[in-house]
Amino acid sequence: MPDAETAAAVEKAARDSYGRLVAYLAARSRDLAAAEDALADAFHAALATWPDLGVPEKPEAWLLVTARRRLIDRARHAKVHAEATPALRLVTEEAQALASRANLFPDERLKLLFICAHPAIDVAARTPLMLQTVLGLDAARIASAFLVKPAAMGQRLTRAKIKIRDARIPFEIPEAAEWPERLDAVLEAIYATYGLGWNAVTGAESRGKDLATEALALGRLLWQLLPDEPEVQGLLALMLYCEARRDARLDAQGGFVPLSGQDTRLWSEPMINEAHHLLLRAERARHIGHFQLEAAIQSVHTRRAIFGGKTAWEEIVVLYEGLVRLAPTTGALVGRVAATAEARGPAAGWELLRQIPPESVVTYQPYWAQAAHLLGQLGRVTEARTAYERAIGLSEDPATRAFLVRKFSDLSTG
Amino acid sequence: MKYTLLIYENSAGFALRNDPDKQQSYWAAWPAYTKALQEAGVMAGGAGLEPPGTATTVRLQSGKRHVQDGPYADTKEQLGGFYTIDVPNLDVALEWAARVPAAPGSYVEVRPNLVVPA
Repeated sequence: MPDAETAAAVEKAARDSYGRLVAYLAARSRDLAAAEDALADAFHAALATWPDLGVPEKPEAWLLVTARRRLIDRARHAKVHAEATPALRLVTEEAQALASRANLFPDERLKLLFICAHPAIDVAARTPLMLQTVLGLDAARIASAFLVKPAAMGQRLTRAKIKIRDARIPFEIPEAAEWPERLDAVLEAIYATYGLGWNAVTGAESRGKDLATEALALGRLLWQLLPDEPEVQGLLALMLYCEARRDARLDAQGGFVPLSGQDTRLWSEPMINEAHHLLLRAERARHIGHFQLEAAIQSVHTRRAIFGGKTAWEEIVVLYEGLVRLAPTTGALVGRVAATAEARGPAAGWELLRQIPPESVVTYQPYWAQAAHLLGQLGRVTEARTAYERAIGLSEDPATRAFLVRKFSDLSTG
Repeated sequence: MKYTLLIYENSAGFALRNDPDKQQSYWAAWPAYTKALQEAGVMAGGAGLEPPGTATTVRLQSGKRHVQDGPYADTKEQLGGFYTIDVPNLDVALEWAARVPAAPGSYVEVRPNLVVPA
């Protein structure tokens, strides 16, 4: 039974180095599943032997050496006992030798991120794969975040790893020709993680905040690995702008507060400042992308805190027009409607809303909430009620649902 | 594929139905959810159920009948209603399960409907 101190040391090593260790091992073995298994064995061995042998000076070096031996043993199909203490004493010596070198082991996480978002990998598996291999999240937690049956998520992840191994997808940084597309896939996967965290606003749903934190960690990691890519800076800025407003999104009673009604004093100034600097740096590269545009939109929103509560909606409209040209997602189209309605009145917003293809919004809640809001402003009460009802029925978050129910009843009594 | 969403609520969840403060939003949300299912073309049936105190359970045994007051299982959460939906796969069924407007603390069990062999 490991003591608390050992357990804490193992947990810290896992948190600090899991992704680096998996990346390093997988880049050499070319087998992600085997690398993960070997590392899991190494963690087990640590829990079993560190109480007696003591926590090594460089825990990650010890784990790396143990896992590497495991991989070699497996390749030889030899039966080994990782917990055998004499063998692990040797490990300790080897690990010390390794640790004395200046650069412990190269950081291969960038290659791992690109592997996870490789075009040969099923789109639905990319983000989960990243969360599991780079951040070490377990399949059950990933399944909850993605609303997928845990057994099915496990299979999806296993299939993706088999594909990487059997198709011999190379652990390499993509070439210049495929760079933009491959990088975008990595960014999208990270942003998807953030989106999952963002959609769950209520405190009761702790998966929300956790996942947002994980996404920010991935964003920071990517920026550290690619400090000069404007879209990487754009994505990190975008996430920070959104995260800065987290505490203002719910009132004291846990009720949903829309952006326009938020108390700007509750926004995190350090996060906004960091986002702002990132965005300025990105803009200097003069290579615009949709993450930079989305971050710029959020940047205009946060300026309200400085300029006496007024939002420069016309500026936001222009940015959305750029975004829609670059990436006409349903989210961008609905966002443009909202900005246009604020800048030029509800009728102008409604004109744009009507152009969104109905088949793309059957279950898209933000569309219905926006439609209801505009119809209410236009005095089309019956249609507004129908739209509110639809938005309520499609809501997942209790705070958002309660907010819309309130709007709905105000409309019927008012 | 048809799936049934079995909605289990605790006593606080059942109590919302008659709570003077929260009643209104409770009763506004369920028809809205049902309508969203209909508009999406996936609604295949369902019903809300009276609270478990109203239940009567018949135990089936060979030769003997046994009737008792109350629900079959004496658990903290009780079946409060169910929907049957027709969707392409389990992932979509789970999306709808997550939107069920039951009170926090409720459970939605998702089961594929049995397909009777032809």
